Parts: sequence; C-alpha cells; structure tokens
Amino acid sequence: MGLEARLNGDSFFTTTVDALTEWARKNSVWPMPMGISCCAIEMMASGDPKYDIARFGSEVMRFTPRQCDLMIVAGTVTYKMSHVVRKIYDQMPDPKWVIAMGACTSSGGMYRSYPVVQGIDQFLPVDIYVAGCPPRPDNLLNALMQIQDKIGRTKARDFQDKPLPELTVIQNN
Amino acid sequence: MPLSKELIEQKLNEKFSGESFVFTEHRNELTVSLDKKNIAALCKYLKEEDQLAFKLCEDITAIDWAKRKNRFTVVYHIFSIKQNFRLTLKADVDESDCNIDSVSSVWKTANWHERETFDMYGIHFNNHPDLRRMYMPEEFEYHPLRKDFPLMGIPGSLSLPKNKN
Repeated sequence: MGLEARLNGDSFFTTTVDALTEWARKNSVWPMPMGISCCAIEMMASGDPKYDIARFGSEVMRFTPRQCDLMIVAGTVTYKMSHVVRKIYDQMPDPKWVIAMGACTSSGGMYRSYPVVQGIDQFLPVDIYVAGCPPRPDNLLNALMQIQDKIGRTKARDFQDKPLPELTVIQNN
Repeated sequence: MPLSKELIEQKLNEKFSGESFVFTEHRNELTVSLDKKNIAALCKYLKEEDQLAFKLCEDITAIDWAKRKNRFTVVYHIFSIKQNFRLTLKADVDESDCNIDSVSSVWKTANWHERETFDMYGIHFNNHPDLRRMYMPEEFEYHPLRKDFPLMGIPGSLSLPKNKN
C-alpha cells in the first residue's frame, strides 16, 4: 500500500523529529468551529461528504477549545462577542492557528458600522484570511491546505512551553 | 360588532374625556397621537376593554426627529387578534424631560421592547422592572440610534480584548 511497500523487508526507517512532528501535526489539524453567523453554514458544508474535510484529517470538529489546534472564526464578530472569541482562543493549547473566514471577520465586511469589529486581527493573531461572503467550502479547504503548508514550514522546537496567559475575569458578563 | 375607526374614537373620547387625541388614517391603518402622561392607563384600557382587546403588543420603538422641539416620538404597534385590527400609538417625548411611563405591566413583552428603545435612544421608561441595555455593553455611554451618533461610533467607547501575542 503505502509506507510498508517502501520498507523492502526492513523493519525500521530513519527520519528527523522535525519531519515526524510536522507530518503528524499537519495531517491532524483539529478545528474549533467558531461559527458565529452565516459563514458557519459553509463551514458545516465543508464537513459533509461532498467536500469532505476528512480528506485533510480535520473532520474532528471539537466543541471544546481544549482539544483544538485551529480556530475557524466564521461570522461577524461584534465588540461584545470579541471578548468571548478571545477567551475561547486563550483556552486552546499551543501551537494554534487562526483562519479568518469571510469578509466580516477579515475586515468587517458589509457591516461598516459601530458595533462590528472591523477585522478580527485587532485582537487575534490571524494566519489565513479567506475571501468571500460567504466563502465556498473549497475556498475554506484551500485555506486549510495553506495552514498545512504553514505547519509544514515549522520546527518542533518553534513551540516552546509558554507561560499560561493571565486569567481575566470579565465583570457583568 | 367589528371594530372601526369611529368606534375607537368614540370609546377613547368617552373614557378619557380630558385628553386630546389626534386620529390619522393611512392605508386603512389608524394612528392615535396622544399625550405621554396617560399612556399606561390608556394601554391598559385598550387591552382590557372587551370590545377592543388589543392583547398583542407587536413592537415599541421610537423616532428621533433631531431638531424638532419634542425631539422623540415613542411608537407603539398593537394588534387586536379578536377584532383583527391594528393600531399605532404615538407619544411625543422631549429631550429635556426624556422619560415616559412603562407599559410593561400591561404587556409582558413590552419589557424587552422598552429596554431596546432605552438602549438605542436613551429614553427612560418609568416604573420599568429591569431597565438595562438590550444590545450594547452595560458600560457603553451612548445611544446609537440617535441622529447625532456617528455611524462608525465613538473611537475607544467599546473595548476589545488585549492582543497578548
């Protein structure tokens, strides 16, 4: 089939830690579905059998941030919601990545108005911006492949243990 | 007996004889302009009078006229399911005396409609049980649907989380 055909009877092969972690990481990106509005529908569509996000090892959409590597922010982020998004992002373990899906998350989109954050990069480190309103599932999958490429360029030692972020208690929330 | 404009006029003038109502009709829908003093009693009467039975409060909102003397108009859209009749009530509120009596004791749903109107226009509803903001954060100081509020908001008035990375 795959790997064992290349082994030619040998029972071992050599590689580097970097290559192995990179291979494992990029083929098991577990998304945190931060579906806030209509982009979430396209995000769900990319999980169905037609577009099949499982081809990239990302079918495990976990609804707890503690098991996720990638946050897909899909939808309009208001100032009130931004604190929630950041709080969930802070709970994801390192290393982690962020996709800003759609026009609203990338730039505020058509909501050029007082309650909407004009681009989530004002409070989150965004890796990939996806164009579209909403983007088609193949566009999201393209973003996922770019995240995989980005992970492929990392080394295992790039992600040292960081001190935990300070917990902030939001009053009246 | 089906409800008509004449019957409502007659009933309101009978019951609130000291009041001056202005009745206008547009596309077969009746609007009553009235003084804000008696709004609670009037709404209670409209709901509980058997022949009127305006039991559904569809919406409460306001209009900001910006430069007019009575700056705001509070608008009530109510509906009588029994009579299949829709009625609009309008009461002027001035900015210097920016409050009106709550009707949340008459219609439960008015509670949230009035909170929204308070949030967006800054009109206070007297005797409201829980007059908090509906949409904007508690610590926000402005009222976004007022005409003098800029579309893109006041810079720095809404907080963002700190970007720690």
